[in-house]
Amino acid sequence: MNEAQETVIEFRRVSFRLANEHLLLSDLSLSVRRGETLTLLGRSGSGKTTTLKLINRMLEPSTGEVRVEGRSTLDWDPIRLRRSIGYVIQEAGLFPHFTVERNIGLVPQLERWAPEKIRARVHEMLALVGLPPERFLSRYPRELSGGQRQRVGVARALAGDPPFLLMDEPFGALDPLTRVEIQREFRALQERLKKTIVFVTHDVREALLLGTRIALLEEGRLVGIYTPGEFLHAPDPIAATYVAAYRAGDANSNL
Amino acid sequence: MSTLSFFIKNQGQILQLTLEHLWLVGSSMLLAIAVGLPLGILLTRRRALSKPVIGAANIVQTIPSLALFGFLLPAPWLGERADRLAITALTLYALLPVIRNTYTGILGVDPGVREAARGMGMTDGQVLFQVELPLAMGVILAGVRVATVITVGVATIAAAIGAGGLGEFIFRGVAMVDNRVILAGAIPAALLALLLDLLLGLVERKLTYAH
Repeated sequence: MNEAQETVIEFRRVSFRLANEHLLLSDLSLSVRRGETLTLLGRSGSGKTTTLKLINRMLEPSTGEVRVEGRSTLDWDPIRLRRSIGYVIQEAGLFPHFTVERNIGLVPQLERWAPEKIRARVHEMLALVGLPPERFLSRYPRELSGGQRQRVGVARALAGDPPFLLMDEPFGALDPLTRVEIQREFRALQERLKKTIVFVTHDVREALLLGTRIALLEEGRLVGIYTPGEFLHAPDPIAATYVAAYRAGDANSNL
Repeated sequence: MSTLSFFIKNQGQILQLTLEHLWLVGSSMLLAIAVGLPLGILLTRRRALSKPVIGAANIVQTIPSLALFGFLLPAPWLGERADRLAITALTLYALLPVIRNTYTGILGVDPGVREAARGMGMTDGQVLFQVELPLAMGVILAGVRVATVITVGVATIAAAIGAGGLGEFIFRGVAMVDNRVILAGAIPAALLALLLDLLLGLVERKLTYAH
């Protein structure tokens, strides 16, 4: 098998229901290949975030199985699993009582790296996301703009050099200009780092820009998986409504 | 004899009773924190328990202090020594603000921050000690401050069961209908409350991250 096609995250007929029996995800099967960016596109309540949280075992499947590196998430030690998966959420979830330096150095610190190695890594990560270390190391999250916080969030997720990244609408709360800027930078970063990324968004433009493939979800079900090119011409009516919205937005904004 | 000269003449006893008072307040606050903090944390993990436990602590607070001292009097080991009994009763009083503020402080931590902490692979203990407790510290310490000030006041009643403290002057002064004697207990008690409040305020500023 071609290494580029190697499946590293796999959902096998996964359903997830809440304790009150409400079904959030039903019979989902999909594969994520090494080095690709799979965007999960859908409305709120479509099951995108649930899907994401099943990967790092923040949630456990009600039926079916989620496999990471060929092993069911239930067979992984959840702490080990999560430390090998970078996690970025909306509003970044930075620790307000930690400086930027401690925020980014968190996973290396949990993994007991040597202090000087952590320092070097934090500097490297800040430079990577375009924030000059000397100006940002000792700041607190409240002293950052939304875009800067999100960059720090990405730097923090990458600090432990995990092979995987899970991103839950990381740029959703940014103003449109900052969002476009940070999306472009992130795209460049993806090409350099070759991480396997699962990226949740409700924004078609973002899904098309960042995804090597797009998994479209609706009401807890997978509608289909498409490359950006396929998505634009997908016969499915749900995909078509997204494409129509995308083209309408394009005509209006030209961002 | 003026109040001031009464104070000067009895300064030795005032100091001794103040120290006794401090001992009652200090040990009951340490006990209340030792019990209330872990209990408050436990309630955030077993939220179904929060209603009954906080309810029970609430009820304890509504019992008039003199009655609570009286209720505990026949208790086997406790009743043997007055200060033991007083410290137990004061601890029960101080418990509610400590438990409640620990509970609400931790539940008040931004869920996104807690989720990020777990998602990054922090163990439960790491989430608690590195994220939840530091972020809840301001609220928890506010509870400790309230409890301390209450305890300084309630501890004056402990003199009624012979546990000593500044209440001795107050009860004696009431019996003698002598304001100077009452004030010899009341003023140091008030100053003690203010002083402890101030000190804990400093601790709070030191331990709480700046908003």
